Parts: sequence; C-alpha cells; structure tokens
Amino acid sequence: MKELALHILDIAQNSIRANATLVEIEIEDNLNDNRYQISIIDDGTGMDEDTIQKAIDPFYTSRTTRKVGLGLSMFKQNAEMCDGTFDVKSKLGEGSKVTATFIHNHLDRPVLGDIAGVVLMLVYANPELDFIYRHSTNNGEYIFNTWEVKEQLGEVPINTPEVKRYLEEMIRENLVEIGSNN
Amino acid sequence: MAKVKSLADLKKIKDEVQSKMKLRENSEQPEKMVQVKVAMATCGIASGAKETMNYMIEEFDHQSIEAVVTQTGCMGYCYAEPTIEVTLPGKEPVVFGHVDKKKAQEVIETYVKKGELIDGVIPVNYKTIDE
Ligand SMILES: Nc1ncnc2c1ncn2[C@@H]1O[C@H](COP(=O)(O)OP(=O)(O)O)[C@@H](O)[C@H]1O
Ligand SMILES: [Mg+2]
Repeated sequence: MKELALHILDIAQNSIRANATLVEIEIEDNLNDNRYQISIIDDGTGMDEDTIQKAIDPFYTSRTTRKVGLGLSMFKQNAEMCDGTFDVKSKLGEGSKVTATFIHNHLDRPVLGDIAGVVLMLVYANPELDFIYRHSTNNGEYIFNTWEVKEQLGEVPINTPEVKRYLEEMIRENLVEIGSNN
Repeated sequence: MAKVKSLADLKKIKDEVQSKMKLRENSEQPEKMVQVKVAMATCGIASGAKETMNYMIEEFDHQSIEAVVTQTGCMGYCYAEPTIEVTLPGKEPVVFGHVDKKKAQEVIETYVKKGELIDGVIPVNYKTIDE
C-alpha cells in the first residue's frame, strides 16, 4: 500500500467484518516527538491471545475465500521497515486495537494520503455503523464523529453523494486548519 | 479567507438532499434500483477499489441513475481486482473484474444503461459474495 490511509481502510474492514458498531481511527501526527502513530479501535468480536499471534502471520486468515491473510502482516511489515513498531491488542467479546507507530521524518514512511476520502468511503459504505476520526498535531486536534453528523442530518441518510462530498471537504479543510502533515 | 466548513453548515446540504429525495421515486425500494457491490478487501484496496467505488458513486449521481453502491468483503478473485458485482433490477448478479475508472465507465454505459454485456465478466460459481 502506498498510503497509510489505505492501510487504515483495510484494517477497518477487519473491524467491520468483526461486527463492530463503532470504529475509531486515531492519528497522532506529532512532529515535536517525531512520531506518526495510527490506531484503529473497534468494539467487534475481538480475538483471543492465540488468534492475535496467528493474525499477524501472513499465512493465517479466518476467511474461506482464500488462503492467506494479508492486511495486518502488510501493515506490520510496513511499520517495521521504517524502524517503527506494530501492536495488536484484543479481547474476545470486547474489541480490538491495532496500532502502528512510525518515525515521523523517516524517509521510507508512506504518506498518509487521502484520509478524508477513506473516512467518507467507510461512512458511505457502512451507514449503520459509527465512526470517529481523531487527528492531533502539535497545533491542535480535529475530531470527526458520525454520531454528531447523523444528529444534524435527521432523516436524511448519511450515505448520499452530496453529504459525502461535503463531509470530505469539511475534513480536508479542518486538517489544513490544524496543520496536519502528510 | 473562506470559513472552514463545519457541521453547522450541513443544514444547507440537508435541505438540498431532501428536495432531491422527493424526486427519486425508487429510493424506498432498493430492489428497483441498480445495485453495485465493490469488493473492499486487501487486494481490492491495493488495486484501487476506493477510486472505483468513488467513481461509480459520482457517476450515478451525475447521470441521475438510481443506484445503491456498497462494499463487500473478499470475493476471492484477487487476480482480477478491483472487482464489482452489479445487479440490475430483476436480473441475476454479474461480477466484473479489473474495474478501473475506464472499465467502470464502460460498465455503466453499456451494461447498466443498455443491459449489454461487455468483456471482463467473471463466471460465477458461487451463491453469494458475502464471506
Ligand atoms: N479487528 C479484528 N477483530 C476480530 N478479528 C480480527 C480483527 N482483525 C483481524 N482479525 C482476524 O485476523 C485475521 C487476519 O486479518 P488480516 O491480516 O487483515 O487478513 P484477512 O482480513 O485477509 O483475513 C482475520 O481473518 C480475522 O480472523
Ligand atoms: Mg483484513
């Protein structure tokens, strides 16, 4: 994956498949500490200790449609190739948290990419779920929360092209406001 | 400098959508609409499924074609990603492979609008694509 945002889209698919009702995406874009940290947190079915260990192995998947699972191991490899770290915490019946930590100015760190597009793709394709996206920089924090959006929208569905375009722009503009880095 | 967009201004969009929705006859009956599922697993995402899905959402909207675009998991056709499943009202689902923007346009112009098949159909030997 060329962009961290695409990893996020992919890892969030695991959460959706695990029947999450809330998926949280957290980005700590911290130049002062030279850290770029991404977490994807869900309240899905979770995994036991054994499954967590297996899950980061590319030859493990609970799918029946193919033989290898790639998402977690690719994200891990990407983080470790840039001298970063990767961690999966999970508990059966409670949910999971996947964290990848990168060195902010590492030459090989993939760019964040189109995070607004990714968040809105998730929201559009999964209107019944809730998503929270938090992005913090050394200048401030922006929080996008579908629960608030839905409250504003009333009976208008969140998965309409007009709403999608508006929210995407809204996130982009707010990221510029807090001086987010790619 | 222009004001940064906020949730408070969402109201304008909401009103717009509401008046448009009244014109969309079939929005309450998804079975009468074109249904598209984009495979959004690792291989699909790595091959551009996000752009494909965005393109389809925008193009249907632009051409005022009543359609529901959603995502699904892995369909098992990693070699042909991005893949999409298209169901026209009253028809069996058809799966198309290697759907980049250009192919997506062809699917809309030829299959969705005229009902004619094009190259790139994946023979289906499965019942449902939900994992
Ligand atoms: N958030 C999650 N909640 C529950 N199970 C998960 C989660 N993330 C991953 N898993 C488990 O780990 C496996 C491997 O995940 P992944 O590397 O993304 O490959 P894939 O999604 O292709 O199977 C999944 O099939 C699933 O069983
Ligand atoms: Mg996965």
